[in-house]
Amino acid sequence: MSAAHAEALEHPTATGIDNRKLAIWTFIGSECLFFASLISTYLVYHARMKGGPGPYPHDPWTAPDGRVYEQIFEIPLVTFGTALLLFSSFFVVMALNGAQRGNRKQLLTWLGLTIVCGLFFVGMQVYEFTHFVHKGLGYTTNLFASSFYTLTGFHGSHVTMGVIWLVTLFILALRGKLPKEKALNLEIAALYWHFVDVVWIVIFPVVYLMR
Amino acid sequence: MAQHSMAAVAHAEDEFHISTGTYVRIAVILFALTALEVGGYEAARRPGVPGHAFAQAWLTEVLILLSAAKFALVAFFYMHLKTDGRLLRWVFGFSLTIAAIVILALVVLMWYMLVYAT
Repeated sequence: MSAAHAEALEHPTATGIDNRKLAIWTFIGSECLFFASLISTYLVYHARMKGGPGPYPHDPWTAPDGRVYEQIFEIPLVTFGTALLLFSSFFVVMALNGAQRGNRKQLLTWLGLTIVCGLFFVGMQVYEFTHFVHKGLGYTTNLFASSFYTLTGFHGSHVTMGVIWLVTLFILALRGKLPKEKALNLEIAALYWHFVDVVWIVIFPVVYLMR
Repeated sequence: MAQHSMAAVAHAEDEFHISTGTYVRIAVILFALTALEVGGYEAARRPGVPGHAFAQAWLTEVLILLSAAKFALVAFFYMHLKTDGRLLRWVFGFSLTIAAIVILALVVLMWYMLVYAT
């Protein structure tokens, strides 16, 4: 099917923008509000606690009961995960570039790299959560823990959904079912992936770096 | 005539297309800004490091600026808001404005309750 034929099959819209693209942007808009609520909840609650690791994870902290807690964040590991997530955004635009040009090899290579980065990020979060639980920071230990796990856990679940979405597109591309006429399917998934990235761009300094 | 109009369309598409070189440059800038964020955090933690006093005093403001810059770069270039039409910029911009108001309102409300109501 030629590009002109595919274009002729598309529905004309009043906005001039494909309905699916407008839908994903509207969805992203609603997700902005969702994460704004989680981030503000974290900002309000992270410092209001009476015991357990945190809420000042950058320095050793003495709780009212006299116990001293060391910092629990592993900044180098999280920084590495952040860098990979940022690079995955670059990888997915390169994959989209390949899809739009009909270059299957470019599409598969960059999409594969994006998936690997996403998997590493999810693995990093699973390791981090496990590590925190071993250090005594359960979900209900204190307000810091509850708001931290809720915020980063919801982000992690979004990354997981993104990875699953990209894997399905990778399999389609592998079978030759993602021709350049259907590049919009990847563009929509890429928009979601970039959104997950920009949310982390906000979460990383707010949770890990700010005092 | 038809060939001329097709060439005009191709030219217009080229004008709106973001080049691979730009994508690479954005990736490098994003990496550098992240390095600055972590560098600022480390400088604020360690007395004796160059820029320690500045980082301690301005860390939050610097982090907000850097993350806003990173956010804008990804949204405008990788998400193609720069070239994809005004309507999508409005949809995203409107949502972001409401999101910012939600964060500000909740933080100010809790701060007010903490200071005046307890």
